[in-house]
Amino acid sequence: MIWNPHYESMEREKLTKIQSDRLCELVDRVYRKVPFYRRRMDEKGVKPADINDISDITKLPFLTKDDMRDVYPFKLLAVDPVDIVEVHTSSGTTGKPVVDAYTRQDISLWSEAMARTLAMGDTSRTDSVHNAYGYGLFTGGLGVHYGARLIGANVIPISGGNTARQLAILQDFKSTVLTCTPSYSLYLAEAGTEQGIDFKKISLRVGLFGAEPWSEGMRKEIEAKLHLKALDIYGLTEIIGPGVASECEVQDGLHICEDLFYPEIIDPQTGEVLSDGQKGELVITTLTKQGTPVLRYRTRDITYLNHEPCRCGRTAVRMHRLLGRTDDMLIIRGVNVFPSQIEEVLLRIEGIEPHYQLVIDRREQLDILEVLVEMNEQLFSDEIKNLERFENDISEGLYAALGIHTRVKLVEPKSIPRSEGKAKRVVDKRQL
Amino acid sequence: MTLKQVSVFLENKKGRLAEVTRLIAEQKINIRALSLADTTDFGVLRLIVNDPERCFTILKENNFVAQQTDVIAVEVLDKPGGLQQILDVFDENSINIEYMYAFVEKKSDNAIVIFRIDQPERAIQVLEKSKITVLSSEIISKL
Repeated sequence: MIWNPHYESMEREKLTKIQSDRLCELVDRVYRKVPFYRRRMDEKGVKPADINDISDITKLPFLTKDDMRDVYPFKLLAVDPVDIVEVHTSSGTTGKPVVDAYTRQDISLWSEAMARTLAMGDTSRTDSVHNAYGYGLFTGGLGVHYGARLIGANVIPISGGNTARQLAILQDFKSTVLTCTPSYSLYLAEAGTEQGIDFKKISLRVGLFGAEPWSEGMRKEIEAKLHLKALDIYGLTEIIGPGVASECEVQDGLHICEDLFYPEIIDPQTGEVLSDGQKGELVITTLTKQGTPVLRYRTRDITYLNHEPCRCGRTAVRMHRLLGRTDDMLIIRGVNVFPSQIEEVLLRIEGIEPHYQLVIDRREQLDILEVLVEMNEQLFSDEIKNLERFENDISEGLYAALGIHTRVKLVEPKSIPRSEGKAKRVVDKRQL
Repeated sequence: MTLKQVSVFLENKKGRLAEVTRLIAEQKINIRALSLADTTDFGVLRLIVNDPERCFTILKENNFVAQQTDVIAVEVLDKPGGLQQILDVFDENSINIEYMYAFVEKKSDNAIVIFRIDQPERAIQVLEKSKITVLSSEIISKL
């Protein structure tokens, strides 16, 4: 079901005109209200008057992840702070999270984008949405919540954790739509099967999975085990949260809400804009967001675009499922982790040499991050309790910095391979 | 009158313990007593040898993380109640034991208990006051 056919199936010429109008208004607005953008545009020699058409977007400077660190917390604010009604954050590099600040209108915008997403799975008033995305500063939980509210479906705000309870509620409340990370869906499937639940008989019909990369292979597995249609959804805190793009029932690319979030694909080395079908870095501009609008944000996600109309009837551009990253960011149990954050925590501890390795694996459907740290004279204690306390201190330091639990393993000196040039710090054993 | 114990960090991997004993044997160093404390991922091997200095050096040269720790060796009759006597003395004097392990002497009817104690001097004092024998490193190396 198409939630908003007016925009989602709009004739391309008409859509381009709307995008152009919105871009002009956006650039004028942020130039006047956000000193950060005015400085950036002045540095590039671009004025709002130079932007008349959507194609002029290439004249504008990019916004990078490093910029997001520098503008923390509210230097991108384009409204009076009193107009902000909600904030969300994600994990960011070097301890500074990315902040998304929403006005009332932005929350409506988000609800609209999420309603379109949920509607791709045919969600309607008659559905019950089992929402196992985390509620809190993370955008997943509340994003789905707002979209479901707009549609009028029943949303069960169960958030993450307590799998036994999840399975009971899933059955008792006869949920029809499941929203959570793809790996958690498999975890639920396994736990459910162990309990003797026959997923063929329960009411789940469709699942909207995102917040981490997943393969076609995983999709087949999820669909087989949970007996539902599994759709990929995409979003990021810098833009709005979930709701940027979603797969329709055709499952051949994710439709981007391009009247709201304008996409480009660029060559990550040169910044040159690429054509349909060419793989590159996805760049997104928020055309109507008020609180913390972003201009040409480099997502570091690699994909390609397809402007052909889809069999579902939508004309909104499609992006291919994510093909990789331009940086070293990892996604572990749905949380963004940068190896540099881990390094920062480790090097703060006296005596730790820079010989560590991160081993990521998936056991029983859940991601495990193991941090191997080499033992040395300075760190060694003859008493087990001191060594255990040391492991604990590292683990707690990492939890404080990353928000996820890690396993710390002390290993013998020289057991972590040394290499010429860039050390192979990360060993990812998962087959996504 | 403390004695030097050699403690070694061992990853819970095949062959690590054997490697340590091989290196020590090659140097003709004799192990008098040992204890292996383990966790899931690693262990701490504690050795009483006849030449702790040389043992420590050879392990370090072969990339093992090792330490020399001060412990005390207490002699008791190898009969029921032998250990109890020592523990009572420690209890009465509020002396805290970090860890311990024991072995029997070949040439006599005695057992030797190795203790790791936070303040070894005080422990030695109270033991001697109770007429309990604390063995020196020379005696241990000649056993």
